[in-house]
Amino acid sequence: MISAFIFRALKGHILATVAVILGAAVLVPASNLLLPADHALHIPTYVMSLMGKYLCYALLALALDLVWGYCGILSLGHGAFFALGGYAMGMYLMRQIGSRGVYGNPDLPDFMIFLNWKELPWFWYGFDMFPFAMLMVLFVPGLLAFVFGWFAFRSRVNGVYLSIITQAMTYALMLAFFRNDMGFGGNNGLTDYKEIVGFSVQAGGTRAVLFALSALMLALCLLIASAIVNSKFGKVLVGVRDAESRVRFLGFRVENIKLFTFVVSAMFAGIAGALFVPQVGIINPGEFAPANSIEVVVWTAVGGRGTLIGPIIGAVLVNAGKSYFTGAFPELWLFALGGLFIAVTLFLPKGIVGTIQSGFSGRKAMKAASSAEKGRGDVTPVAQAAE
Amino acid sequence: MTTRHFFRILITLLAFTFSGHSFAQGTDPKPLFDQLADANFNEAEKLVGEIAATGDTRVVPALNAFAEGDLYFRKSDKAVFAAKSAGEQLELIDPVTGTSAGQVAKGAVTKIRVNNNLRRAIRAALGGLTLMSPDRGARLAAADAILRSPSAEALELVEAALAKETDSTVKARMEEARAVSLLSSDRSIDEKRAAIETIAGLGASGLGVLNSVAGSIDASLKPDLDAAITAIQNEQQLWNMAQNVWYGLSLGSVLLLAAIGLAITFGVMGIINMAHGEMVMLGAYSTFVVQQVIRENAPGLFDWSLAIALPVAFLVTGAVGLVIERGVIRFLYGRPLETLLATWGVSLILQQAIRTLFGPTNQEVGNPSWMSGSFPLGGMTITWNRMWIVVFSLSIFVGLLLLMKRSAFGLQMRAVTQNRRMASSMGIRTPWVDAFTFALGSGIAGIAGVALSQIDNVSPNLGQSYIIDSFMVVVFGGVGNLWGTLVGALSLGVLNKFLEPSVGAVLGKILVLVLIILFIQKRPRGLFALKGRAIEA
Repeated sequence: MISAFIFRALKGHILATVAVILGAAVLVPASNLLLPADHALHIPTYVMSLMGKYLCYALLALALDLVWGYCGILSLGHGAFFALGGYAMGMYLMRQIGSRGVYGNPDLPDFMIFLNWKELPWFWYGFDMFPFAMLMVLFVPGLLAFVFGWFAFRSRVNGVYLSIITQAMTYALMLAFFRNDMGFGGNNGLTDYKEIVGFSVQAGGTRAVLFALSALMLALCLLIASAIVNSKFGKVLVGVRDAESRVRFLGFRVENIKLFTFVVSAMFAGIAGALFVPQVGIINPGEFAPANSIEVVVWTAVGGRGTLIGPIIGAVLVNAGKSYFTGAFPELWLFALGGLFIAVTLFLPKGIVGTIQSGFSGRKAMKAASSAEKGRGDVTPVAQAAE
Repeated sequence: MTTRHFFRILITLLAFTFSGHSFAQGTDPKPLFDQLADANFNEAEKLVGEIAATGDTRVVPALNAFAEGDLYFRKSDKAVFAAKSAGEQLELIDPVTGTSAGQVAKGAVTKIRVNNNLRRAIRAALGGLTLMSPDRGARLAAADAILRSPSAEALELVEAALAKETDSTVKARMEEARAVSLLSSDRSIDEKRAAIETIAGLGASGLGVLNSVAGSIDASLKPDLDAAITAIQNEQQLWNMAQNVWYGLSLGSVLLLAAIGLAITFGVMGIINMAHGEMVMLGAYSTFVVQQVIRENAPGLFDWSLAIALPVAFLVTGAVGLVIERGVIRFLYGRPLETLLATWGVSLILQQAIRTLFGPTNQEVGNPSWMSGSFPLGGMTITWNRMWIVVFSLSIFVGLLLLMKRSAFGLQMRAVTQNRRMASSMGIRTPWVDAFTFALGSGIAGIAGVALSQIDNVSPNLGQSYIIDSFMVVVFGGVGNLWGTLVGALSLGVLNKFLEPSVGAVLGKILVLVLIILFIQKRPRGLFALKGRAIEA
């Protein structure tokens, strides 16, 4: 049964995407490490880190797609889960600095000495252990999503109301993390990392491994997401998106379905954040900014929500565009991003991948219709792209 | 110490100003001064009292000089003079007329010695003299000075002055000064009890006096004193509370301003307009431009700049809103999440456009004169700009309410909201009603921007800081209901200000957000929920 669950995940286009991602996971680090610096196909380390960052964003967008594209929950607070995962990783990396900080204190991170703290707050306990920190990367965002979703879905807060309170959630967290006495480094955040599981975070080899890990996790999460949406549960999920009341009247516990998806999605976002932090070298409260979370929504919308592959493509495309624009025409980037928001919602509501897919199925449907007219073959039901 | 010092300077200044008048009592103070030459400290103290009793305010500088140790007598004839050094020599000044009596060598005069008791007597005498000054302001100032630094010595002077006083304000102040001085004197218990009652009415300034005598006062008065102190403290607490409520209302009216346009676009039309904050920002920039134009062309009109900016901001933002509705939003009706994204895009473009045009820094928007300064109200201080913003936001609210309930346009607006197809069948041009409703909401946001430009930094990010709060207000108050927005804004403002002192500003804000999130779980449709079919739409 489990194998059937996994097998269903292996749709053709998902498989192809996974293959591409895994290919990148091997080829990009290989080209960075093995080819000489002047080789035409050599990828410099900073480009690799940049690409690693895009992959983390892609994972975040995938997480959002799971709740928005398949469950109809437009979360404007997914950046919060991303940042929480990032903070869990950042705390581990801070503890790894040990006595190499500016103040040379083996027990306390620099910023705590700066704030005149005498001992480690309880919530920092255990973060010197890698397995514990990795558990927290999943647990903390998952717990927040569980608590938040438990309240919100049970009282049937949905639609724009849910979007607005998720935004309020990330905004409140941002304000909280900006406070110095929260014990997370205030507005400077956590930075100046030295090493991760014994390897220097600056070293090219570590970065190559981090890139490969990002790609692997993206592929893994894509497979999990695909397994979820292609299972029977996934069908109900789409039902919740398209006709929530009807699904409820059929006897499903809609709030539990939503809650499960929301928690899984938050954990994906947490993983993305955890991989993001060692590659960019800093996590600060700015990651909680509501604008960041909305940007994730536009990546997903550009790629095509409800397609799983779309958000990955969207995140990579938009961020590559952002890197290019902010370098070449910094003035124009916000115009371009704003225009993108408007253009996608007006002209490309299904996103790039969604439009291509509906083009295919449209042709298939036409073919089916014409063959039905001729009286041979059976009619394929037209896959309606649900709004 | 400093208040004493201030006291003395004040009296001296006043005395100089009015020393021309003689407050003739008939007695010439000059011989009294001359007697000082031979007097011991006790006699001198008596003489000072007599000099003061002449009521001649011209002696004030000389008494001051005495307290400073600048009073001398000439060895030759024992005539007394105030003196100030003029190089090697001393310049002698007549103690009564203040005219110069020539310069003498330092050896020719002897300083009249002064001790602390004497100084105190001189100060009391000086206070009494200005208490009888013919100038009302000087008397009031003298009474105030005694209120600030009471002493038993001043008591008799105050009482003497009280007997003559006719002005009711000054009289009341002197009564208070008398009560304050009385407490540290050796008067009877009953008089002191009455004094405590008078002081209890003084509020915060009385508290200091009561506390300072609490240790030394007679045991039988202790209950009265404690009661008076508690009464004052209670009153202070009430005023603090009132101040908090006022701050809360002020914050609430800012929230109301920011949210009220949203109450129309989101509440009435159901459009999630993420560019709402940018409309506020555009309103603030309109104010800036209007003020720039006025500064350059007609500086005299500056006090009118806000009045001029109001219609300008309304038209500018209303027009932008109209363009947004016709250009983007009308294609997205019925798809609220997409509307949210598209308007977010609009907000990014507007922000960047303003940044490109005006630069990323804060712009200087001035306060007209009638909006600066403050006025006291009981135990609190109210700044004019906050006051005007409260008045302004409430009048916008009332205006909008009237527009919705009493005008033809409001009727059409409500009709379209309640049943679009029916309204259309009745001949209402629903697309235009949509467009103008949205323009109205945007225009109101622009007007809010004019007001907010007075209390906030005018920068391209102005709108961002209000957008989440505005949505919170509308959602909390209940969508589709202006009253809900009013109650929501004011209660959130007051709640915020009451949380602030105990937990700090940031944590208070976080708590409010968490409370709203929890509140929405309980009542997903806000405080004042619309009932009926409309909610399922």
